[in-house]
Amino acid sequence: METMFGKSIKRREDPRLVTGKGNFVDDLKIPFTTHAAFVRSPHAHAKIGKIDTAAARKVPGVLAIYTGKDLVAGGVKPIPVGWLLPNIKVPAHYPLAVDKARHMGEPVAVVVAETPYAARDAAELVEVDYDVLPAVPDGADALKRGAPPVHDDAPGNVSFKWSIGDAKATDAAFAKADKVVKQSFRNHRLIPNAIEPRACLASAQPGTGDITLWVTSQNPHVHRLIMAAFVLGIPEHKMRVISPDVGGGFGSKIFIYPEECAAVWASRQLSRPVKWTADRREAFLADAHGRDHHTEAEMALAADGKILGLRVKTVANLGAYLSLFAPAVPTYLYGTLLAGAYTTPAIHCEVTGVFTHTTPVDAYRGAGRPEATYLLERLMDLSAKELGMDPVDIRRKNFIPPDKFPYQTPVALLYDSGNYAGALDKALQIFDYKAFRREQEQARKQGRYLGVGFSTYLEACGLAPSQVAGALGAQAGLYESANVRVHPTGKVSVFTGSHSHGQGHETTFAQVVADELQVPIDDVDIIHGDTGQVPFGMGSYGSRSGPVGAAAIYMSTQKIKEKAKKIAAHLLEANEKDVTHEGGKFFVKGSPDRSKSFFDVSLMAYLAHNLPKGLEPGLEALSFFDPGNFVFPFGTHICVVEVERDTGYVHLRRYVAVDDLGRVINPMIVDGMVHGGIAQGVSQALWEHAEYDENGQLITGSMMNYALPKADELIPIELARTETPTPVNPLGVKGAGETGTIASTAAVANAVMDALSPFGIKHIDMPLTPGRIWEALKGKGA
Amino acid sequence: MNITVQVNGVSETRSVEPRVLLVHFLRENLGLTGTHVGCDTSQCGACTVLLDGAAVKSCSLFAVQADGRKVTTIEGLSTDGKLHAMQQAFWDQHGLQCGFCTPGMIVSACHLLERNPNPSEAEIREGLEGNLCRCTGYANIVKAVQQAARAG
Ligand code: FES
Ligand code: FES
Repeated sequence: METMFGKSIKRREDPRLVTGKGNFVDDLKIPFTTHAAFVRSPHAHAKIGKIDTAAARKVPGVLAIYTGKDLVAGGVKPIPVGWLLPNIKVPAHYPLAVDKARHMGEPVAVVVAETPYAARDAAELVEVDYDVLPAVPDGADALKRGAPPVHDDAPGNVSFKWSIGDAKATDAAFAKADKVVKQSFRNHRLIPNAIEPRACLASAQPGTGDITLWVTSQNPHVHRLIMAAFVLGIPEHKMRVISPDVGGGFGSKIFIYPEECAAVWASRQLSRPVKWTADRREAFLADAHGRDHHTEAEMALAADGKILGLRVKTVANLGAYLSLFAPAVPTYLYGTLLAGAYTTPAIHCEVTGVFTHTTPVDAYRGAGRPEATYLLERLMDLSAKELGMDPVDIRRKNFIPPDKFPYQTPVALLYDSGNYAGALDKALQIFDYKAFRREQEQARKQGRYLGVGFSTYLEACGLAPSQVAGALGAQAGLYESANVRVHPTGKVSVFTGSHSHGQGHETTFAQVVADELQVPIDDVDIIHGDTGQVPFGMGSYGSRSGPVGAAAIYMSTQKIKEKAKKIAAHLLEANEKDVTHEGGKFFVKGSPDRSKSFFDVSLMAYLAHNLPKGLEPGLEALSFFDPGNFVFPFGTHICVVEVERDTGYVHLRRYVAVDDLGRVINPMIVDGMVHGGIAQGVSQALWEHAEYDENGQLITGSMMNYALPKADELIPIELARTETPTPVNPLGVKGAGETGTIASTAAVANAVMDALSPFGIKHIDMPLTPGRIWEALKGKGA
Repeated sequence: MNITVQVNGVSETRSVEPRVLLVHFLRENLGLTGTHVGCDTSQCGACTVLLDGAAVKSCSLFAVQADGRKVTTIEGLSTDGKLHAMQQAFWDQHGLQCGFCTPGMIVSACHLLERNPNPSEAEIREGLEGNLCRCTGYANIVKAVQQAARAG
């Protein structure tokens, strides 16, 4: 039977998606559905006075209007935080604001009506008495004395102070440095913008008390657990959460949001289904944002370019409330990554998590790791410049050598496997560096400014060993479950706790199962995103579906094979040890003509009248895979840009990416994820920027002024891979979903700075828009 | 008011409020949920359909504006259970990930080839500038359009 692992099988989910037969939340229709619309604060900070709903209630079709106070009176509890740090301040976050609105777009009331149009009309007529208060949208400003307080119970607007690494050793490293390279970095705020807006449909059954919630979720079991146990007090077994086709997430659909809590609550009040679909404006205001750091970083180096130490101080803007994983993102997913691919012996990183009057910030594709990679890879280039070294040479000088794995960094992580120079070499085979430097020289003479940027990144994904996560503050372990059920006819249903919202699990997971059970891939169905079918699941984020989710499936297939072999041996009247499983058949080694098919064995497992003594009927296995470590993909990205001197416009000229993702189940799908990831990272470097004015008004609140990348702004990407399998999971796979985003931002920024180096420009904060570059050039008299 | 629209070859008469958008008419009144809504500012193109053969953003038209006209949605592209060459090409070239932008993208791409059967890569990228995809980085979408162009 043909091996599926490693093949670019065409996606099995596509026929429905290319014909418009997808099943997204907003596509669902159930009878008697009502529609919710939210009244949102137009102010960043305001006391909520009287809420007058009289006019709104007169709109035909309006069924109910609920405010924050109604929900609290109805027993609704604040939305909890899933990752805690020592001494962290966790102010209450109610689904609807109760006394104060703390960011523009915070929901204040919800209207439920017979039609979406009526709900929206009425929402506009709800009159809220706001007493507008001063706001602080910027993280650094929020720490200043006299800054407007976001929460009474978080003095100085500080949620937490966190640090990692050895401060003393780092001081010592700096004391003996030949060179110290210092730079402040702004890693600006982004808005995820999955093209499918968030949506939910809650349907309470008054007779049984059962409730079903369809929601755009990357982790439906977590949604159920948190909503049932913590927010709404619904018995968990009475609640079913279904996350059908989901149109992209990038992190933004991990979290438990106010809107779905309010919808479930309203559905129970009204005994009618309640549906809500965000419009794009709401997505901008109410989906968790990403990034938003102010950082001071310095690197201590020896004269030969060897890094001696790294010191990082970051202020992370968390927004107005702590979103579900917010505390983990600028800490354990950031500070721990600061060694990168390098042997830096001493690192110290301090992070202050700050409340501001802005939309909450949480994990967005890469989550902490792009921020770490950006500053580290920028510092490598700045250091090379200072020391008069080539950016490639300084990286080589500091790479962890391939024979040093497992490698313990000074910031907690133990790297599994890697060959960083190998990926760099491969990238340089594709990209003729010497030829480029000659071309660059020539071009400069003609007044054309080309630049090249490298990013020899490393990331940690496959979240995560439960013990480790728990010790670091996670309120839950991060294993994954898989139930593989072989039916009497040998067809297979796989119930996975991972969730696919574009990653193609229905294809890749089936490839693993088809290989292991030696059945045609068409006989394998992958079922995900339904708490009513899947035993449990932690969901998909942190590039964990392959290294954790698929690994759990693999474990279940091994259990099934073992039992199937027992049954086959019994049917063949042979010793189990002599039976092999090849070409989809079980037979005694050496006599393949007397065989039992997978069908025969599966059928007998259920007919059960001729099973080995003591063997239970059935052929099904449940596994929970809890990895022993993270996995650590790495690689080299090279970007070439040309900067127009007169306009500051950056043209992408070439992009080469060599990634090492361990073993790859489906190269086509992995390539696709890398493409998309790179587009998002490039876009942060050059275009995207969530900007607030000083009053906390989001001024890039629509697709008209928030620059999402378009087809004509991006270029083809040259991809290649090296393959260093990981010992952390039985499949040898590392994660693939985030590497592109983690690596690319730094590569692009480095390329732009290289292009601008003739003007003496060393650093410009992102996004590197024509305006910013033009200003910098003007500043240099160019 | 009553409108009659020929949708995917079937004449549909419905009574609609004048303010109902064409996309909502298709999704809510006719149950054709393949056409998606991704924005409220006519930027994303997820709602693209063909109106009398030309690609339009159905979120920026009222249903009444389609009265007496022909609309083709993603559901109307395949014939006799066979995928349209563009649908096939998106599948073959892995031109989609989450699939949410895909119906609009495919419809736009069809119209692009209608106007220019042999587009260069730059022309494809420019032609799809009104359709946003957050997943693919467009690389494989471009390849898909090239395949469909070759298929003729
Ligand atoms: S929904 Fe029509 S362009 Fe976005
Ligand atoms: S495939 Fe997800 S937005 Fe295009």
